[in-house]
Amino acid sequence: MVQDMKRAFPVIRIMDQNGKMTDDAYTDQIDKDFARTCYRQLVCMRAFDRKVINLQRQGRIGTYPGFEGQEAAQVGSALALREDDWMFPTYRDHAASITFGKSYNILSSWNGRLEGHVPPEGKYIVPPSVPIATQLPLAAGAAMANQYKESTQAVLTYFGDGATSEGDFHEGLNFASVFQAPVVFFNQNNQYAISVPIWKQMHSETIAQKSLAYGIPGIRIDGNDIFVVYFETKKALQRARSGGGPTLIEAVTWRYGAHTTADDPTKYRDQKVENEKRRRHDPITRLALFMKEYGYWDDTWAKALEEEVKAEIDEAVKDLESMPPANVSDMYDYMFEEPTWTIEQQKEAYMNFLRGDM
Amino acid sequence: MDDRTAKGSVYEFSAGGYVMVMHTKTHQLTPVQAITDALRTMLEERENVVVFGEDVGKNGGVFRATDGLQATFGEKRVFDTPLSESGIVGTAIGMAMNGLLPVAEIQFMGFIYPAYDQIMTHATRMRYRSKGAFTVPMVIRTPYGAGVRAPEIHSDSMEALFTHMPGIKVVCPSNPYEAKGLLIAAIEDPDPVLFLEPLRLYRAFRGEVPEGKYDIELGKGTLLQEGADVTIIAWGAMVPVVKEAAEQAEKNGITSDVIDLRTLYPLDKDIISESVQKTGRCVVVHEAPAAGGLGNDIVSLINDTSFLYMKAPVERVTGADIHVPFWALEDHNLPTPERVMAAIRSVIHF
Repeated sequence: MVQDMKRAFPVIRIMDQNGKMTDDAYTDQIDKDFARTCYRQLVCMRAFDRKVINLQRQGRIGTYPGFEGQEAAQVGSALALREDDWMFPTYRDHAASITFGKSYNILSSWNGRLEGHVPPEGKYIVPPSVPIATQLPLAAGAAMANQYKESTQAVLTYFGDGATSEGDFHEGLNFASVFQAPVVFFNQNNQYAISVPIWKQMHSETIAQKSLAYGIPGIRIDGNDIFVVYFETKKALQRARSGGGPTLIEAVTWRYGAHTTADDPTKYRDQKVENEKRRRHDPITRLALFMKEYGYWDDTWAKALEEEVKAEIDEAVKDLESMPPANVSDMYDYMFEEPTWTIEQQKEAYMNFLRGDM
Repeated sequence: MDDRTAKGSVYEFSAGGYVMVMHTKTHQLTPVQAITDALRTMLEERENVVVFGEDVGKNGGVFRATDGLQATFGEKRVFDTPLSESGIVGTAIGMAMNGLLPVAEIQFMGFIYPAYDQIMTHATRMRYRSKGAFTVPMVIRTPYGAGVRAPEIHSDSMEALFTHMPGIKVVCPSNPYEAKGLLIAAIEDPDPVLFLEPLRLYRAFRGEVPEGKYDIELGKGTLLQEGADVTIIAWGAMVPVVKEAAEQAEKNGITSDVIDLRTLYPLDKDIISESVQKTGRCVVVHEAPAAGGLGNDIVSLINDTSFLYMKAPVERVTGADIHVPFWALEDHNLPTPERVMAAIRSVIHF
């Protein structure tokens, strides 16, 4: 018997589209500082994303996958992590990675630079997964290692709606559920895998319902409500840490722009929908309305913040554009701890060629 | 193995093998028992070693390679997994990144392909793409090769798919002593290692295996016998085949250097070039298809290092560019001592 899964897994939100809290149990847990932290990070990430797309348009950076519209899903979930947790992001999750401690140098990977993948010392931020869903078994494995070490560190991994069609989605969730590994599978359902809409991706009504098949908790939340994202992720992480196993979170959201700077979304969807999403569902507008409603807003502060963020990102771009040229040696030096003789020989031959003494 | 007592005995190695220092206990083991012994040794030595795969725990592996390990070390360290090759290798990568030394079993090499993506896109790239921030000290063990009348897909020998792949070492022992020493070295290696176990030899014979921990350096072949006229190169299940061919050749007055490569990537350049520069003739034997096969890399290596020493083109005795035949015909595609002997004649009489 097929149940009504949209009813079984309703989209949960605690802050409505007008910024009003719908569940007062949470209102007391959100103070001015936290609201401002959230807002700052959302604004900052949107400015970052827009800046990078401009850079790409000007030919100053390579192909780039934007995330505008998904900021709350990424920032809210990343803020829920403990400092020493593990994150397995995808290529679109820069807002999550930066919120969790990665520097703006992440940008350099879109300029073909290896440096953009290196996490700060002591941070478990894995380089973004490029193939789809393959990071899910890795996340399950890293979580199994935490379990083995009896560590309370949890693992959070991101993936999109398209990823649920891959075999590794199943293998990752199945492993994690069998071993009750401390991992949170955080799905950003932005409803399009490049051009293919979710209804062509799967016959299921929701992604969250797939948790039933693995016998793990699953929840469907409004990915543009930063508070529900934060609190539900926190709960799932807590469950993971305390031996309760994995959770599947489906955060329903929307990517305003293209899949990457290399495609044109007007070819596959009506951009009127985008305008409507911006008008009614924008995660930043919603948080601003909340702050106004609850007395946390201050025009001067917001204005100053915009300036501050702009300066910060301009500085990051300056850093990016003043990076020394890529070190040729790097492409040989990180294949093995000790290079094999073939790599050593090939490197030497090429270095000699570059120096002109072949 | 019930009478094992001493641990950490001392060994000395020489080019041709090992020399045991006095008072070291040894056992007569089959290759598969030597693998179990290596796993047991490393489970004892390193508390972060974990051993897992399909049927690896309670059943002790379909070939009994992990027999008794779960009983000794518990389910936390030796465990069964879902039937899920990409999941097995993917989780092994995650564990390795997070401080464990996973030894994952893929039940047959013919079933490794679902995990190929994980090996190619994550295991072998993680060190590079994180500039060394994350590493994958993982071993994937898998039985390979034909010759045991196994069902379809259970007899593949596709080592060249992995020697072509950057970022992974490929190891293939041919006897119990090497199986143990190489597996221990593979587990201790800081990078991914694919450990190919010739299933045809699992119980084919016994050999002397020392107790306790010892290793055999990866990337080094071994000269099994010395001769003057031809160099024969093989690994894994083809080693007994070429040894038999070398014996036949000797009856015909042809003496051979027989090289067991042991590691397929990186190749042991010195052992190959030194030998062919002496003999000037070479026969390479593998059961995998010829196209893109490792034999071609060996021919290239000989061209690069020893072209002017050669008295004849290198001969390759390999499987044809076909899938391993259904077993009624599998012997027709496997190199035999007779086919190797024909190739020896051909390089001698060139």
